[in-house]
Parts: sequence; structure tokens; C-alpha cells
Amino acid sequence: MKKIIAGLALAVVSSFGWSVNGTGATFPYPVYKQWIKGFYDLTGNKVNYTGTGSGTGIKEVALRHVDFGGSDKPLSPKTLKKAKLYQFPTVVGGIALAYNIPGVNNLKLSEAAIEGIVLGTIQYWDNPIIAKYNPNEKLPHKKIIFVHRSDKSGTTFNFTYYLSKMSNVWRKHYGARKLINWPTDEQGRGIAGKGNFGVSAAIKTNNYSIGYVDYADALKNNLKMATIQGRDKKFYAPTPENFEEGAAHAGFDPKRDFFKVIAYPKKGYPIIAATFILLPKEKTDTNKKVTTFFNYAYDHDEVAKKLGYVPLPSNVKAMVRSYWKDHDIKPQN
Amino acid sequence: METFFKRLSSLSATTILLILTSIFIVLFIEAKPAIKEYGLKFLIDPRWGVVISNTQNDKLKNNETVEKSSFEDKDDLDNDLEDDDIAIEDEDALAAAGVTASTDTKVIYGGLIPIVGTILSTLIAMIFAVPIAMGIAIFLAEIAPPKIAKPVGIAIELLAAIPSIIYGMWGLFYFGPFISKIFGGGSVSLLVAGLVLGIMIIPFMASLTRDSMKTTPDVLKESAYAIGATKFEVIKDVIFPYAKTGIIGSMILALGRALGETMAVAFVIGGVFKLPSKLTDPTVSIPVVLANNFAESSGMSLAALFYLALILFVISFVVITFAKFYFLGDNK
Repeated sequence: MKKIIAGLALAVVSSFGWSVNGTGATFPYPVYKQWIKGFYDLTGNKVNYTGTGSGTGIKEVALRHVDFGGSDKPLSPKTLKKAKLYQFPTVVGGIALAYNIPGVNNLKLSEAAIEGIVLGTIQYWDNPIIAKYNPNEKLPHKKIIFVHRSDKSGTTFNFTYYLSKMSNVWRKHYGARKLINWPTDEQGRGIAGKGNFGVSAAIKTNNYSIGYVDYADALKNNLKMATIQGRDKKFYAPTPENFEEGAAHAGFDPKRDFFKVIAYPKKGYPIIAATFILLPKEKTDTNKKVTTFFNYAYDHDEVAKKLGYVPLPSNVKAMVRSYWKDHDIKPQN
Repeated sequence: METFFKRLSSLSATTILLILTSIFIVLFIEAKPAIKEYGLKFLIDPRWGVVISNTQNDKLKNNETVEKSSFEDKDDLDNDLEDDDIAIEDEDALAAAGVTASTDTKVIYGGLIPIVGTILSTLIAMIFAVPIAMGIAIFLAEIAPPKIAKPVGIAIELLAAIPSIIYGMWGLFYFGPFISKIFGGGSVSLLVAGLVLGIMIIPFMASLTRDSMKTTPDVLKESAYAIGATKFEVIKDVIFPYAKTGIIGSMILALGRALGETMAVAFVIGGVFKLPSKLTDPTVSIPVVLANNFAESSGMSLAALFYLALILFVISFVVITFAKFYFLGDNK
């Protein structure tokens, strides 16, 4: 109680500070929350962010109901122009292929194996395409249960985007979407979970299953994660270092408002995703406040790392900062 | 004072009717775009969120792109054109905000799978719950000595007060895996959802049934015993007919709860858009689809969700009205 009163008193005292409101993607919510707290402690300025989902974030900022919107899905420069928005990335996360095969602890999946598993052409774990890169593991002759999200989700979008880039067959028939009718469901080998939490639980409780989960959640739930083949044909374990390497090769371009789904980079772990901030062009003053906050966030990588996120590579940060400068929304000091 | 009371109570009664109709109207208005687009075919269309090309031309164009790219080196895939091709934007969200992006594809929504899933999971729940709830009620009302009946009765009422999300989590982590070990299939399925639902509605049904059984006048029971009826006969021929209205009422209430239950089912039904071919297959129900997709939907997909909600509303309404008139006759 005392704490609350003290907090209230502090809030009154520091009411000289400004506040901005944002809403959108839930994926970066935990790290934004930490940054917001640190930023408030340092400057007394308040940033409010609610995790309502990328769709809501885009809609609310396009309607100018909030000062900034968060989205896991970047908008194209054309659309940004129409909606009069600026866009920049804030933080990167990895998506892991988590599996549960009793007795198998170091699963390696080639691109062909991943493609076959999601398309349903590989039905059993001891398929030669999987076995080829796992000579030391005893793969059982059991049906592969594929676990996916049951709710509309940015994680699904980013994973299917990766699949679209990696596999022509996938792109032709399914593409990248937030909700997909998975081919494995048709074969009766599909299960879905609500949220990352639901997928993790489904993998944990079903033997011989595999599914895609945000790295931070897989880590939290102690799931076994597959080492997968990257675009350069090398194998990458899902580790923050490998995500970072991928992010460094993401190919962001400030001229195109950083419009880039970064999955399937030239090098590094291939299933990575960035999350973005959208700003209304005409609100120069509040935009400066928002960039001030994210400028602070860019300087506090350790917060992101601790939560299982990957900070933007320094070259990308430099790009974003000059993007702010070019559009006259430079952070205040 | 008398008139004031009369007015007040009639006002309360009107509020219910008002709320009911306004909910119906809002659902109908929000669902209108979807109703216009898909019509009654929505009820029998098993496709949800399936993208189809609008014109033949687009199909050709798409094929060309794919063929072209399959000849190209993987490195060239990274050009801008490919990005635009794959990254479908949030057209719905933008359209709702008045920014229209050009679309050459159309998304089809159909409600058959969630409708079937809702009905089946409720049916399983009722088949599972009714006999057990009746057994509990009879035991508590007639057979158990007061020493046992009281604590068990309180336990049953406590069960009814547990929030549904707790049933969902318990189902997801413990009950689901347990069921899949016995019946096969995955840890989340139609069967698990039906059974969890059944467990959720048992306390409801049991405590209401017990209460209505207890209203049987002792005189009736005693006279039945006096002419030589056994306990079973008394329960069957005296208590059940007397408490019939209350018992069926408890089932209707439980049915209503099972039809609309969301959180618990969302965790354990599996969330897969597929008609179940056996009980252990995962599927979806209407409330689950609503909960899973509402936050990220807008435009046509939102209208389709409202259409589903309207259907659920009508299903519950019809089922309960039917049950009321059929079982309880016109005496109500």
C-alpha cells in the first residue's frame, strides 16, 4: 500500500514528463514493458503500450487513435504512403522448431526435411530424408504429429513466410498468412494450440510431435529445439548468436521504410522475425517523443537479450537513426 | 408504494427483453456483410479462410511467377518483386481504417466445421454428464446419510464455482494426455473437449437436480414407503415425476453453458479446421473460433466471426426453446 501511495505521489510530482500511447503486436510486449519501465525511471516520461495484436495496432494507428502502432508484419512503402505512416524495426526474435521424440536429443533438419514435414510428404520420423543428417540418432517409425497455432498469429505469418521463401511448392499452394489450413491437418496428423503457450504444451504432452514456437517460449518450457539448415546450406542451432547473424544479413533498406520480412536471410539461423513500429507522419512532436523512447531502447540491448530477444544489429540501428533524422523526427535530448 | 414496486419489477423484466433484442440486432448488423457475401451457404461450407483467386488472369500470373522463380537461382529470390508477392498485407485492418489496398484474391469463410464441432462437443458432454449428475443428485438427496451428504454437497457447489480457464489448463496438461493414453489420438481432441465440458456441467446439474428432488413432500414419499415401495421404486415413481420440471430445467441450463463455453474448450479441442472423422480427432467449435480470431480480425473476417456468433445465438435459442416446450409442456 505504501508503495502504491509513493508511486502515486511520484506520478504527480513527475507529471511534468510527457506520455505517449501505443498499441499493437503482443510478441514484443514483454521487452517493451521492461524498456518502458527503465525509460520512466530515467526520464519520468511515460510510454503506454498495450498488446492487442498486430492487426489492431495497424488499424488504430491508421485511424490516429494512438500515437504509435506496433506490428509484426511490415507494411509496404506503397501502403505506408497511402496511410501516411512512418515505419521502423525495433527488435528481432527467433522462431524455433521444437520437437518431442523420446530418445532423440540432437535433431538436425535439412531444408528438404522441413519442407516435407510441413507439406505432409514426410509422414514418419525414420524417413530417409530426415535420417540422412541424423546418422547417430535412433529415429523411430512413428507418425509425425505437426503442432501449429490455432489462433491468428504473427508467429504463423513469419514461419509461413520463411516456408514460402524456402519452398516453391509451399509458396504456390499456401503462401504466408496468419492463419493457414495446414496440409498435415488433412492427414489427421495435426494438432493446434492457442498461443505460444498452447503450442508448447501440445508438444510437451504429445510424443513424436514437432511444431514452431517463439524461441523465448521454447526456452521457458525446456523444449528440445532442432538445429536447422540455413540458406547457405550450413546448419544452425537456435541460439541468440545465430539469430543475430541472421539479423545482420537481413537486408533492411531505409529507402523502403525498412519494409522487409527478415526470415530466410543469406546467412545465419533462417527463421527470424522483426517487429515494427508505425508512426503517423503529421504528428511530428509526438513522433519525436516516440523516437526518444526507442532511441533509449536501442541503447539497452541487455534488456532484450535477457528476455530471449535479439537486439537489432548496430548497422541497422544506425540506419534507423538516420531515417529519423531524414524525416525530421529525431529524438529529443 | 405498491405501484412503484410493480413498475420497478416490470422494468427489470423489460430490461432482459431489451438486452436480448439489442444483442441480436447488433450481431445481425455486424454480420451483415458476411451474410450478404456468403448467404445461407455459410452453414454448409467447410472452408474457413481459404484464399481463392478472383479471376483467371491472376491465376495465370501467379503460375508464371512461380515457374519463373523456380528456374532462378535461390539468391535472386531476394528481389523486391518476390517480397511483394509473398507478403500479403493486413488488408482487412487497413480496409477498416479506410485505406484500401488492391486485392486480386478473395477469402472464403464457411461455418460448417465450427457448427458441427459445437454440436458434437455439447452432445458428448451431455451424454457423459447426465447419468453421473443424476447419480450424484439421487445419492445426495435420498441415499447418503446427512453426515456425508453435507460435505459432498458443498464440494459439488465449489466445483461449480471454479473458473472455466482452470478446467482448460487442467485438461491441457493432465486430463488430455491421460485420455489420449486410453483412447489414442492426440492430447487435445473433440473427445477431450466433450469430457472436460461434461465435467464442468456436472456440478451445475447435480446441485440443481438435488435441490428440486428435495422439494418432494415427505408425505408423498412416506406414503409410498408405507404401501411397500422399495427405495428404487420411490425414486423412480414418486420423486422423479414430482421433480421432473426442476431436473429438466437443470439440464437445459447445463446445456446452455456447454454450448457457449469458450476458454476451457479453446485449450483442449485442438483448434484444427477439419471435420472430425473419429472422436479423437481435433476440431473447433464456434466460441473457440471467436476467441482465437477476434483480436486479429477486421473487415470481412470480422463479419464472418459475427455471423458465427449470430448462428451460435440462434442455436442456443432454438435448443433451449425446443427443450422447454417439448419437455415441460405448456404449463410454464
